[in-house]
Amino acid sequence: MKSPLLKKIILPLIVLVILGGFGWVVTQQGPMAPTQVTVAPVTRQAIAASVFGIGTVEARYSYRIGPTTAGRVKQVLVDVGDSVKAGQTLAIMEGVDLDARIQAAGLAAERATASIASATAQTKEAAARLSLAQREAQRQRELAAKALVSQSSSDTRQQDLAVTTAAVEASKAALEVANKEQQRLQAEQQVLRQQQANLVLTAPVAGMITTRDAEAGTTLVAGQPVLTLADPQSYWVKARIDQSQALGLQAGQAASITLRSAPQQALAGKLTRIEPVSDSITEERIVGIAFTPVPAALSSGELAEVTLQTGQKSDALVIPNAALQQHDGQTGVWKLNGDNTLQFTPVQTGIQSLDGQVEILGGLQADENIVVYTSKTLSATSKIKVV
Amino acid sequence: MISLAARDIAHSWSKYVFTGVGLGLLIGVTLSMAGIYRGMVDDAQVLLRNSHADVWVVQKDTQGPYAESSSLPDDIYRGVLGMPGVEQAANVTYFTMQVQHQGKDTRVMVVGFEPGQPGAPPSLVAGRHVTRSHYEAVADVKAGFKLGEKIRIRRNDYTIVGLSQRTVSTGGDPMVFIPLADAQAAQFQKDNDAIVSGRERTAANPAFNRPSVPGLLEAVQASQITSHNVNAVLVRVRPGWDAAQVAADIQRWKHLQAYTYANMEEIAVQKLIATSAKQIGLFLVILTLVSTAIVSFIIYTMTLGKIREIAVLKLIGTRNSTIAWMILQESIGLGLVGFIIGKTVATLWAPVFPKYVLLLPLDAVLGLLVIVLVCTLASVMAIRAALKVDPAEAIGG
Repeated sequence: MKSPLLKKIILPLIVLVILGGFGWVVTQQGPMAPTQVTVAPVTRQAIAASVFGIGTVEARYSYRIGPTTAGRVKQVLVDVGDSVKAGQTLAIMEGVDLDARIQAAGLAAERATASIASATAQTKEAAARLSLAQREAQRQRELAAKALVSQSSSDTRQQDLAVTTAAVEASKAALEVANKEQQRLQAEQQVLRQQQANLVLTAPVAGMITTRDAEAGTTLVAGQPVLTLADPQSYWVKARIDQSQALGLQAGQAASITLRSAPQQALAGKLTRIEPVSDSITEERIVGIAFTPVPAALSSGELAEVTLQTGQKSDALVIPNAALQQHDGQTGVWKLNGDNTLQFTPVQTGIQSLDGQVEILGGLQADENIVVYTSKTLSATSKIKVV
Repeated sequence: MISLAARDIAHSWSKYVFTGVGLGLLIGVTLSMAGIYRGMVDDAQVLLRNSHADVWVVQKDTQGPYAESSSLPDDIYRGVLGMPGVEQAANVTYFTMQVQHQGKDTRVMVVGFEPGQPGAPPSLVAGRHVTRSHYEAVADVKAGFKLGEKIRIRRNDYTIVGLSQRTVSTGGDPMVFIPLADAQAAQFQKDNDAIVSGRERTAANPAFNRPSVPGLLEAVQASQITSHNVNAVLVRVRPGWDAAQVAADIQRWKHLQAYTYANMEEIAVQKLIATSAKQIGLFLVILTLVSTAIVSFIIYTMTLGKIREIAVLKLIGTRNSTIAWMILQESIGLGLVGFIIGKTVATLWAPVFPKYVLLLPLDAVLGLLVIVLVCTLASVMAIRAALKVDPAEAIGG
């Protein structure tokens, strides 16, 4: 049944295979297996620093058009999406009692004109009385000097003269008042006419209507908009850049803009404004990026991703950012020595590129081998296997 | 002297090996069960280790952020940073969600982190770290994503730029790391219908929609959709400072809850996974007892099967100690074969398990000792039976 060959060869063979398999399993597969690492050299190459932010498409200049006083909307002549020219009538507010008030002001002005005439006549009358009083007073003084009339009678005439002089001044003042009143009423009428003109809402610039906020019959307070007007040529991206990346931003830097509606298409842009005040809550800088050129059919409020080129170096020590590790509270890399041992080397990093390269300012030399990927957290005594 | 045990085994080696294989599979299951238990504990601890934090600052009177929910304003970290002994303080958010991947739902824990701060993904196995401040993600390999794939979290697509390993939540769900600002938005973001109906609801409220105060409604609506909350602040302590002291200071002066690594480990291991760990632990104990019983029975029946041969040995005057030694050798040999096979299969099938199975060398050594002990004890029964055999049985039966 059993040949000696089977016993002599196959049995030890099976034992060997099982023991070998066991040894392999214990040393290569389980927790005692060496950590698999990927190694790459430190290279010298060009590196471009870029920053990334997100923002929304907005009109740089947007005009909220509304009445200057409270009132009711009479007519809205344009709709959202309409292109309008500068000066074009967009909406009309209802005057309510404005016409009647203009009429009333006109009548008051006319009355003022009549009062001027009356005051003029009174002035003339006063002047006539003054000249009579002057002559009388003169005469009485001469007669009194010759003692032909009583001193008392002469004094009375003198007093008449003073009274009449005062009456002349009073009538002149009254004329002045009437003149001023007329000017005031005319000015008032002017104001009301101006207000009437303000009831017509016109476009301050050429552009496109972006919102229509009130319809005919709506009562608005001063400052509430009826329409919003924006210039499509002024569309730009207001983007937010994390403060930690904002170093090196400069107006004029080239930008690439990707709209959420066209994720595959990169649009050209230019950094045109860096706001001096950054958002202290979100810790972001706010920048404005203009499209060069402005594409057609942009929609305000659309999400846009912005990538800005902030600087570049043509020759730098570069490593992949996956190689950077935290060890004992320090940032550094695991350096592979010639005898296949590991050594943690703290490094100083410079600019980062968006494709995951990091510039090394100190701690490493070119062509040194460093660990990039590791299957387990490393320590200086880790058994490793380079794959 | 010839080895009786070796001769006996060589005589019926196939039976012996098959018995050993059967026993080995049973030991393999027991070792795997121990590995599952260790893996569960390790899942709870690896989350803490990966955080690279010394102190966890969470909402007052909560055991967040892993065991309970915790919510903090995101500017708290500035105050924490100003406390003595604090070297780094970083906001983090955690939330668990289902993400779609190739038509299937994958359960992941989404982590919002700040690059270079505690809470960021540790080492990678492929790709690179996140460089853009939005819409990039590093995922654990167990989530099944490949580099360059898109992962949809709430409303936005994130590109997978790096893969990490052993970055899991306490429940063993793979982690997906995304930039903090995105995570903050995603955590509290509602779907579009909910946002629109919320706006309408606010607009219908006369307290917020007052004709005499233009702009109020817009202001109220804007305030409803922004989120400035995080789940925890991770703190690294300056070298030479005592983490417990720093935690106590933060707790006292900032009126927040602060846990050290040891506190957090207690929460994670002893509270969060306590029930399931006990469940597995109890099952492990039962499995060990069952294995012991089976090993004893196997060895006992194996000896009984040889009763005739033992009688012959006795008849020709073999000493009792020689017979006992043979049975003991065979028994321990069977245990060793079983252990080798068990350890091998347990190691080989461990990576196939959906959750982490951690086979500690110490557990294996402990297992080996238990097996040797059990085999020795089991052989005692068999030896007693063998020694009682009447040599006459060899002839008469």
